[in-house]
Amino acid sequence: MQILLDIASWLLLIAGSSFALIGAVGLIRFPDVYSRMHASGITDTLGAGLILAGLMVQGGLTLVTVKLILIMVFLLYTSPTSTYALANAAYSRGPQPLLGKRESETPSPVTPENEPS
Amino acid sequence: MLHAISLGIVLYGTWLLFSGIYTPLLMGLGAASCLAVVGIAHRMDVVDREGHPIHLGWRAITYWMWLTIEIVKANIDVARRILDPKLPIDPVMVTLEASQGSELGQVIYANSITLTPGTVSIRVSENTILVHAIATALADDLKSGAMDRRVTAMEGPGPRRLEDMG
Amino acid sequence: MFFAATLAILVTMALALTRALLGPTVYDRVLAVNTFGTKTVLLIALLGFLTERPDFLDIGLVYALINFIGTIAVLKLLKYGDLGTTGQQAERKP
Repeated sequence: MQILLDIASWLLLIAGSSFALIGAVGLIRFPDVYSRMHASGITDTLGAGLILAGLMVQGGLTLVTVKLILIMVFLLYTSPTSTYALANAAYSRGPQPLLGKRESETPSPVTPENEPS
Repeated sequence: MLHAISLGIVLYGTWLLFSGIYTPLLMGLGAASCLAVVGIAHRMDVVDREGHPIHLGWRAITYWMWLTIEIVKANIDVARRILDPKLPIDPVMVTLEASQGSELGQVIYANSITLTPGTVSIRVSENTILVHAIATALADDLKSGAMDRRVTAMEGPGPRRLEDMG
Repeated sequence: MFFAATLAILVTMALALTRALLGPTVYDRVLAVNTFGTKTVLLIALLGFLTERPDFLDIGLVYALINFIGTIAVLKLLKYGDLGTTGQQAERKP
């Protein structure tokens, strides 16, 4: 039984670590701040969630698991809020998003005046 | 009143779980702090449906389960795009209609969009949400309105916008 | 196995730090630092298990709170140039 739990938690930790790494690679590879937000979203949701779930399996039915659940709930509530604040601040003060296929040489910037609908 | 009691219970439960030491002194101090916090929150006028949405009840839990599945699917999609050597992204901006009646519903909808990788809500105004999506396919998924309908269904009937209640 | 996960998180944090150093805009840096902070929470939780000291989780929880407030504070400073004003006051000022 203990071995099964260990294997489950091991798989969850590996999967979570991979998603965290993929998100970080995306953070490096993506072309502008808006697309990088999507990459950071991967590490924040599934990366963090799976790693915490893996630790919960190790923790068993104790206060440790309760605290892990609270950390997870807290991350899930705050990460979209801070991403929204960042997106909003970048959109009103910072660079405009690059749109369209990345291969195209001249990406079309969008200004608040001609927002697509 | 119901909200204040429920907030107090949640706070005290959190205290008990975090402290892990159950002596009369610490439990009494916890009760005092929780009462003080509920009192301050009441004076700040934040103990209401918006700050402490217990009326959502079980509907919120089924919504979370649906959202978790959506998040996993979107994660795999975006992860595939990142790992692809060609980096197949075509970012788009779309404006979505938000059919929720209350501000709380709109916040839940906008946050759900952001929480799903591949789509980020950039600006929330009256009844529309401006969304940046990493690929047209993901934007089209949102445009189909499945998430919008689910959030509206979870929000359920009840007082609509604050200004409509007079 | 906690060691492997810890190592992966450390690499993730190094990559996030690279983005923070590369920039190019200040928003990229804020995003990278926010990601770095989220990973720190995970690192603290993993370290708690690695060294078998569950009290680390409390530190992780507090770090998650501070990270969130820190990010919001930096963004508010960027957007309004002042931490003291409320959103509505700042909107009126232009």
